[in-house]
Amino acid sequence: MDEDILREFLIETYENLNKLDDDLLALEKDPGSKSVLDNIFRTFHSCKGACGFLGLKKLESITHSGENLLGALRDNKIKMDSRITDALLLAVDSIKKILAAIESERTEGSSDYSGIIDSLNALNSPVMNNVQKEISVKPSAANFSNINTEKVKSEHKQEPKDLSDEVNNLNIKEQEIFANIIDEIMNNKNTLMPEDIEAALIESKTRAAGSNKKIETGPVSTDNTLSDIVNSDIKANSSQQEAVCDAQKNQSVLDSSIRVNIDLLDKLMNLVGELVLARNQFLQIVSSSEDANFIGISQRLNLITSELQEGIMKTRMQPINNIWRTFPRVVREISASLNKKVRMEMNGKETELDKTVIEAIKDPLTHIIRNSIDHGIEEPEIRKKKNKDVEGVLALRAFHEDGQVNIEISDDGAGIDINAVKQKALQRELISASQAAVMSDKDLLNLIFLPGFSTAKKVTNISGRGVGMDVVRKNIEKIGGTVDLENKPDGGTIVKIKIPLTLAIIPALIVTCGKDSYAIAQVNLLEIVRLKSFEARKKIEEIYGSPVYRLRGKLLPLVYLNKELKTESGCCHCDINSAEDYNVNIIVLQAANRQFGLIVDAINDTEEIVVKPLDKLLKNIPVFAGATIRGDGKVALIIDVLGLAKSSGVISTINDKLIYEKNFSIAKHNSETKRLLLFKNYDGGRMGILLSKVSRLEDLPASNIEKSGGLDVVQYRNQIMPLINLSNILPERRSDERKHEGSSYKDNIQLVVYSDEEKSYGIVVESIIDIIEAQLELQNATAREGTFGSCVILNKVTEILDMDSIIKKFETMIMNSSK
Amino acid sequence: MEINVLEKQYCTFYLCDLFLGIEVTRVQEVLKYNEITSVPLAPKVICGLTNLRGQIVTAIDLRRRLELPERPAEDNYMNIIIKNEESVYSFLVDKIGDVIEISEKNFEPAPETLKGVARELIKGAYKLKESLLLILDTHQVLNLI
Repeated sequence: MDEDILREFLIETYENLNKLDDDLLALEKDPGSKSVLDNIFRTFHSCKGACGFLGLKKLESITHSGENLLGALRDNKIKMDSRITDALLLAVDSIKKILAAIESERTEGSSDYSGIIDSLNALNSPVMNNVQKEISVKPSAANFSNINTEKVKSEHKQEPKDLSDEVNNLNIKEQEIFANIIDEIMNNKNTLMPEDIEAALIESKTRAAGSNKKIETGPVSTDNTLSDIVNSDIKANSSQQEAVCDAQKNQSVLDSSIRVNIDLLDKLMNLVGELVLARNQFLQIVSSSEDANFIGISQRLNLITSELQEGIMKTRMQPINNIWRTFPRVVREISASLNKKVRMEMNGKETELDKTVIEAIKDPLTHIIRNSIDHGIEEPEIRKKKNKDVEGVLALRAFHEDGQVNIEISDDGAGIDINAVKQKALQRELISASQAAVMSDKDLLNLIFLPGFSTAKKVTNISGRGVGMDVVRKNIEKIGGTVDLENKPDGGTIVKIKIPLTLAIIPALIVTCGKDSYAIAQVNLLEIVRLKSFEARKKIEEIYGSPVYRLRGKLLPLVYLNKELKTESGCCHCDINSAEDYNVNIIVLQAANRQFGLIVDAINDTEEIVVKPLDKLLKNIPVFAGATIRGDGKVALIIDVLGLAKSSGVISTINDKLIYEKNFSIAKHNSETKRLLLFKNYDGGRMGILLSKVSRLEDLPASNIEKSGGLDVVQYRNQIMPLINLSNILPERRSDERKHEGSSYKDNIQLVVYSDEEKSYGIVVESIIDIIEAQLELQNATAREGTFGSCVILNKVTEILDMDSIIKKFETMIMNSSK
Repeated sequence: MEINVLEKQYCTFYLCDLFLGIEVTRVQEVLKYNEITSVPLAPKVICGLTNLRGQIVTAIDLRRRLELPERPAEDNYMNIIIKNEESVYSFLVDKIGDVIEISEKNFEPAPETLKGVARELIKGAYKLKESLLLILDTHQVLNLI
């Protein structure tokens, strides 16, 4: 077994178990607490999952039974009481015992735990729950001794027969104690002599006699039997622990590294951050000094600080492969147990992540991988029928983008069946039928992130209990990340995880807006454009009120920081027409894969800043990623470029809030959905044509344009097709200088071919943007001739063309010119 | 002994004409003026962030929280630093009073007739000789979301 994995497993499970004790007691006090129950359930679940692929059978069966019991509790099939708590605590103790055994001797130990498993199972039936607990304990004790005596027999064939008969004749209580004694002997000596068994027999009878009275007294006795098991467990535990102590003397694997509390590292990190800031200030003072000694010392201080910073950073950064390397094996074993063939691909193993982040994403990733194989990738026969490669592919990809770590888990399986999701959600009453009717596919897909949701037809050992995706989401969101799903029916699923790089020292650009300074992470920064006021007046143009700037021929949407932050004091020079002279600073930023320009009052400097999270009261302001303390001791807010892009509409907001939440509102159905072709006209405006009117899109070299009777035409499918320049047809609202002359098209031209009954026309456009489905809510106020009006599509004002009237106008124009 | 059990210490302060108190165990320290960086788009009661020896602390204007008239811009304010769960907050108040020890038997819960935010934020009042000391529920004050 892989030492690293095992060690990680031990450390993690120990930690979880310690929490479990408290949680169980808390649950007993407050049986209604769903969150505590969920926590316990998850611990059992993840422990079981890990056992599964580590091949720890005993541990797996205990956790499995425990999980079943907890599952029943969670579904309100049975009620929490002290007996269940006892049994669960007992299970926890047994798990600890097995862990100790694994730690010292790398096996699960020889003890038998069927008693505990049986009692857990017994409690897990509503009928049995009411019956005396004794019943659940009895078979356990019997099993206990039977198995042990059998083992004894096999080890010592010369053992007299009457001895084993005598063992079998013991009453339950005695059997149990006998088993304990045998166990102890086994633990201490590892061999069993017949004399030992005899001695044990006598001992167990005398010990049992002491507690016999209690057995008769009914309910109390059950507690006693249980507590005896507990005691015996503790005894066994202590002997195991001795073994552990011995083992540790010759064992250095666990001691070669020390575990440092992440809080301590955080604190060190913060202190180093402060040190960096102090050094920055210090160096400023030094620069004006002439004392050579002083300068020398400061340089050393500078160097040491840098190295210290680097070192501390390194203690926290780990390649993602640290967690990935366990996955091929997980995949192999899961796929083997499901009779599926899965090939694993990993890209970006070396991507480094902060320690806290790595810890937090480990479980979610495991869950997602399990889900992908269990629910996603189909059985080989089905794949063959679907004409897919028999071997499914599970791909992991990690990369840095926009100051975030991106992790993608994709499979080429069946994808998620949206209808099944809908049915399941209805069945579990997570949504109402009326909600389901109006929910989009995307929203339906997001339902799988709800607690207790699972579309698996049966509960398997691997997944399907519904703890998967809600845990994934919870854990990822806890570290400020996002989870997104991309689903192709029959083409597979891609789970996209984005995690911000917080808690680190990052280089940032400090800008001013109004009287306050803000920091922008340099990773988001592409370039800075500075315009003199007279240039700005000309170069910052507007498309229906939204400012744009032509950056090397491409339109860059502009965002005024003061407008976004709604600060009255910030001037940001929005008044382009003011007579004063000033500079306009455009910071070109990258968010996701969009670029936009942010206009600020002033650009100060770049600084190394320590990112500190905002208080929870301020967490729901999307434009801030955190705050930092600057060299002068002032607090500056850090701008979240992605959040800013979303809130300003540069990127259409992805509605990842679940629709069932209180904001639920019924989608508007009064306007029809139409398919539109969006394109950019030569005047910079965005326009749309109903796709049904478009026959083809063409990209032709401009040299193909010929002149015929004063018209621009091209040869197209053995026909002469006239070209329409919309700017010449639509009533122009702009100054004439921008009008595009047909003959000056550069290089290639983009044509939208529109076909009337018998004739084709080529509409010359600057670029094709997209084909989309949109609801047309036309605002006719701005309609000009040849258009139906404008509406907002993808957050941009788009004019919808009335082709019939344009063609009519075009024809009359030809008629007029030929006259 | 009995008296000790029933006595509680309160850090008192003034807001407009109100005399208020916070349990002294919840108060970390009291500070004079501290520069505050405002947070745009934040709820109005949050006046911003301030640097408390390297820690970023969220400052809450109690006048705004209690929906009292705005503090005149030229008036100084004081910071009461409060620890709540894991976070630290600064409450802005007009003036700091003494730390006083009062017997529990003088306490009375807020009257039913108390209206608006005061009803949520004020636990009750201690009947002092010359005035009433209103006890602020710090948890509720921070319950903004």
